[in-house]
Amino acid sequence: MSAPAESPHPAASARISPKLGGATASGAATPAGPGPAPHQQNGPAQSQMQVPSGYGVHPQNYIAPSGHYPQGPGKMTSLPLDSQCGDYYSGLYTVPTQNVVTPNTANQQPGAQHMYGRGPSAPHIVGSTPGSFQGATSPTLHLHTSAAQRYSHFVNHYSSPAMYSANSSVASQGFPSTCAHYAMSTVSTAAYPSVSYPSLPAGDPYGQQMFTSQNAPTVRPLRENSFSDHSTAISHPSPLPPPPSHQYHQPQSLSGCSTLSWSASGLPSTQHNIVRNHTGSLATANSNSTNTVTDSLSCPVMQNVQPLKSSPVVSTVLSGASSTRTPPAANRPVEPVASVTQPSELLQQKGVDSSSTTSSASPMPNSYDALEGGSYPDMLSSSASSPAPDPAPEPDPAPAPAPASSAPQPSKMTKPFGYGYPTLQPGYQNATAPPNSGVPPSSPGYSGFQPYAQYPGMNQLSSGLGGLSLQSSPQPESLRPINLTQERNILPVTPVWAPVPNLNLDLKKLNCSPDSFRCTLTNIPQTQALLNKAKLPLGLLLHPFRDLTQLPVITSNTIVRCRSCRTYINPFVSFIDQRRWKCNLCYRVNDVPEEFMYNPLTRSYGEPHKRPEVQNSTVEFIASSDYMLRPPQPAVYLFVLDVSHNAVEAGYLTILCQSLLENLDKLPGDSRTRIGFMTFDSTIHFYNLQEGLSQPQMLIVSDIDDVFLPTPDSLLVNLYESKELIKDLLNALPNMFTNTRETHSALGPALQAAFKLMSPTGGRVSVFQTQLPSLGAGLLQSREDPNQRSSTKVVQHLGPATDFYKKLALDCSGQQTAVDLFLLSSQYSDLASLACMSKYSAGCIYYYPSFHYTHNPSQAEKLQKDLKRYLTRKIGFEAVMRIRCTKGLSMHTFHGNFFVRSTDLLSLANINPDAGFAVQLSIEENLTDTSLVCFQTALLYTSSKGERRIRVHTLCLPVVSSLADVYAGVDVQAAICLLANMAVDRSVSSSLSDARDALVNAVVDSLSAYGSMVSNLQHSALIAPSSLKLFPLYVLALLKQKAFRTGTSTRLDDRVYAMCQIKCQPLVHLMKMIHPNLYRIDRLTDEGAIHVNDKVVPQPPLQKLSAEKLTREGAFLMDCGSVFYIWIGKSCDNHFIEDVLGYPNFASIPQKMTHLPELDTLSSERARSFITWLRDNRPLSPILHVVKDESPAKTEFFQHLIEDRTEAAFSYYEFLLHIQHQICK
Amino acid sequence: QCNPLNPLVLSEYLIHAFFCVMFLCAAEWLTLGLNMPLLAYHIWRYMSRPVMSGPGLYDPTTIMNADILAYCQKEGWCKLAFYLLAFFYYLYGMIYVLVSS
Repeated sequence: MSAPAESPHPAASARISPKLGGATASGAATPAGPGPAPHQQNGPAQSQMQVPSGYGVHPQNYIAPSGHYPQGPGKMTSLPLDSQCGDYYSGLYTVPTQNVVTPNTANQQPGAQHMYGRGPSAPHIVGSTPGSFQGATSPTLHLHTSAAQRYSHFVNHYSSPAMYSANSSVASQGFPSTCAHYAMSTVSTAAYPSVSYPSLPAGDPYGQQMFTSQNAPTVRPLRENSFSDHSTAISHPSPLPPPPSHQYHQPQSLSGCSTLSWSASGLPSTQHNIVRNHTGSLATANSNSTNTVTDSLSCPVMQNVQPLKSSPVVSTVLSGASSTRTPPAANRPVEPVASVTQPSELLQQKGVDSSSTTSSASPMPNSYDALEGGSYPDMLSSSASSPAPDPAPEPDPAPAPAPASSAPQPSKMTKPFGYGYPTLQPGYQNATAPPNSGVPPSSPGYSGFQPYAQYPGMNQLSSGLGGLSLQSSPQPESLRPINLTQERNILPVTPVWAPVPNLNLDLKKLNCSPDSFRCTLTNIPQTQALLNKAKLPLGLLLHPFRDLTQLPVITSNTIVRCRSCRTYINPFVSFIDQRRWKCNLCYRVNDVPEEFMYNPLTRSYGEPHKRPEVQNSTVEFIASSDYMLRPPQPAVYLFVLDVSHNAVEAGYLTILCQSLLENLDKLPGDSRTRIGFMTFDSTIHFYNLQEGLSQPQMLIVSDIDDVFLPTPDSLLVNLYESKELIKDLLNALPNMFTNTRETHSALGPALQAAFKLMSPTGGRVSVFQTQLPSLGAGLLQSREDPNQRSSTKVVQHLGPATDFYKKLALDCSGQQTAVDLFLLSSQYSDLASLACMSKYSAGCIYYYPSFHYTHNPSQAEKLQKDLKRYLTRKIGFEAVMRIRCTKGLSMHTFHGNFFVRSTDLLSLANINPDAGFAVQLSIEENLTDTSLVCFQTALLYTSSKGERRIRVHTLCLPVVSSLADVYAGVDVQAAICLLANMAVDRSVSSSLSDARDALVNAVVDSLSAYGSMVSNLQHSALIAPSSLKLFPLYVLALLKQKAFRTGTSTRLDDRVYAMCQIKCQPLVHLMKMIHPNLYRIDRLTDEGAIHVNDKVVPQPPLQKLSAEKLTREGAFLMDCGSVFYIWIGKSCDNHFIEDVLGYPNFASIPQKMTHLPELDTLSSERARSFITWLRDNRPLSPILHVVKDESPAKTEFFQHLIEDRTEAAFSYYEFLLHIQHQICK
Repeated sequence: QCNPLNPLVLSEYLIHAFFCVMFLCAAEWLTLGLNMPLLAYHIWRYMSRPVMSGPGLYDPTTIMNADILAYCQKEGWCKLAFYLLAFFYYLYGMIYVLVSS
């Protein structure tokens, strides 16, 4: 689920935000008066700043000293310098610099300050500060802080200026900026002795605050980037959102953001500490009482509410702030410095994530999750929302609103408050804030959380939220025993997020995003015996080639790797001294190469631990020629099309040719891209597209027993040189075979020919097949007995009937060719055999049952959309993926589409962003001498531009020795997906009923093991830890999934396709397939809505998948991953039907409806924006079916209601009883 | 990957079967009895081999699966031990017969 954040939404939001930013900026600038002022101010600002900057530059190397040095509170003047030093010092600490910057700006620009100062109480301080220098301000602030330090904490939220001042004061105080992160950790622990959740709610607000405060700084970096670098105009206005297209640029902007966040965190923490020191009792009282007691509860609530509304505001605010500030910033030397560091590091793309995550970090899953769930998917929105939620809302609005939109924002802000906040925080913030307007301390309190912000996964704590709570509280939330039979509403109303590994904050923020890398147990058991006792599957789920909006790309001559295990250097290695590092997988001590000592990002020397490789757990290297066996291949695409009577009848050619024509220019590739076409029925047709021909030439080979290539060099042609011919061919193809009477299909020979054609280069073969291959090699017989479709007994023929396709796939894989299969058939086509051609060549499989272009328009539309994605998505060629793990662990089974070349090396002819993989692990040696284990995936591929690249993901997890901790760290979704993969294997190798039994046993075993651990009896009740509470539900869902169900009529091909999907879908999509999401959509409100691209996206709560939740008066949307169903109740409100569906009443709704009309009504807009938002989150655009109650299609819908009983399967409650019975046996 | 290996599997099984037939002809019931389990195992193993067109047992797509690899290795070592013992037993048997006759 976490995935959503990254790809589509962020981009969208990014784009949007720019607009907003631009608009707001212009608007804001003029009213605020900063517009003119800034420029003027710039001059002075520059001069001022320059001094520090120059100063700062030198310090960079000496950062550490600088950090210490500021400690004296009296050093007001030095503050800016210090902060800068801090920044340079470490990417992590960039925060200080930002702080510095901000103060400067604030001081220099009165208008701007006002902006910042918007916070209720903050303004006062600001007012005082504006005229004065930073130094002056800082001291003043400092004084204030000292006086009312504890208040200051609160204040931060309110007044961004306060934040800045605080920051400056902090720096001045000299809390070791160098140790910002340490401070943070310490803060978390020490500051909140009683805090049960180290990072939780506070983090969110904090993160948000960070953002707000950072907004200005971020903007500056961006600006600067634009000036110095090549960032596009778009990026400038919006500080946070990176446009998708500018991936590389974006990181910079993001990094800027992240750095800001960091700085904020660092500062706050330091401040917090300070505060602590000064006012020990008071501070503790404040923080503890407010934070600990109420935070857990109130914070989350607040966050939820706030993000929703505030997010839009935030974005605007940010932009506004940025715009106002940017002008001055750009000129300043200081800022440029910051920008440089940021971009180079690219670091923290995660910064953005973090912001988003922070919001979600709050412990309370329910309310808050909803928010996050909404916000999370879109990076930007989430980030925006996160800042907004708690404290941020106030500060953010404050800065932004000042110019133009102050009024609207406040209103929004208030709203959230009323909503969830009420309990403690509101009072807390309000009351405290006013007094200390200037004091920043509030942020410190939150500082502990900041780390979370960076870690994208953090937000998504599952309802269990085990990880966080684990640390501090004796009884972690994720271990809370739940009596499953008594708990009626087991499903949380918000999406379930990945649990966060229980690591220290440093590592947490560095850890790999759960979107690309998840482990079923976030706490790795120490020994195999312990794992056996827990009876849970241990494995990894990977989504290595996911579309990322920001990814640090590193070009360097030497890629630093461990010399014995070849592990890439990663954030979890330890540097023994400046010259040596210790591998975290094999513990070998390696030398740090000379080149690595220099950090191109900060342009400093001697800081290997600041390099981007060591700051990011997901990086991409541009590989040198050492990593090539041959020159990088060009992108080569071959289309093999079935043109038998059956295929022509179905009419897919028109759609395919149309899509190809539209996307011909968007095919990934460079100038060497080649493309070719083949068609086949009982003979094979080649097309000579050689440049210079006046029209495409068709060559027919009828000798299918011994296929040869008529003109080997002119069949695959350069896309650009022969584009006209290709277009001619595509235009002509659909009509060329309209009168064919050939019903046979010689797929096997056609594939052999394709293999011959591709073998010199490798590439991608797309096969379109519409029937059972009936001629030549690889012919298949129909194996399905329709009468057996609903049998509960044995399901046969799940495995291939022949190994022809497998051997072909292996040959292809050896020649770096992947075969993608599009099966569009109305009858049985033995997908089980055909799928082999894709399974072992790392291709993908698409299946369109009963495809017909007119009779089944929804399938046609789906094909069209899938093709668009398929043709334009990223692709990597001649890839290999290696997974390494810490000594003691070993991988034993891989799941996915690939060929396993050696025990840890997967050969992937092609890699696409929609491919997921799973790995089962076992523990070979006890892990007693280590507290952390790491997993590293390295994917070496050739990009479509002919670059050899290595994408490296590293995941770090803690090792635990007690069974309780193991249970506390279970990631249910990952476990379910792994089990599903294992069950598919089992049903193919053994039998379906075996697989089903194994699934049930998995639940029975793990729950009984947990029961015996808890031991205190109540054997009558079915007890599960909170982290596992959804386990039985998901397993039941799995048993009712097409792949594993029995008793319901399931076509063999459908079943096999579902199995293929389970094997190769990434977790996010798989979960929707297994357990669809049900929403009620006839009463969408803006409550808790999130904002994406200046659209309001409502976030209705999740409903149980049970008919009891369906009411005749309602309309429900079910999100099954690849299909959406909208179920309209019989007595659904006519207003809704009219407004959303465009029909006057229920009776007039047609049976087949696949689109929502674009109506200009509020409810229609809400429904559509919600659906588009859901759609944007996934690669394959789902089709929408409107299902009327009582229409024949409703069985389709109802079979997804997995909590209900069907004639052949248990209801959820019965299933629980069954499990209980099994346990007691 | 498994190309060099697969042709050997069937020949091994055939040779073993041939020995069994010889023992049968020679009415060496004890020896035959010792070999029957392995013969049965071979037949079972070959019947349940993965779908493949050529001779052989090992499927390149699954052989790297750690479970299967471990199983095959274990099987290999066990059979090696069995064949070695059998070899010495046959040798002993032959010498015994020679000496006694």
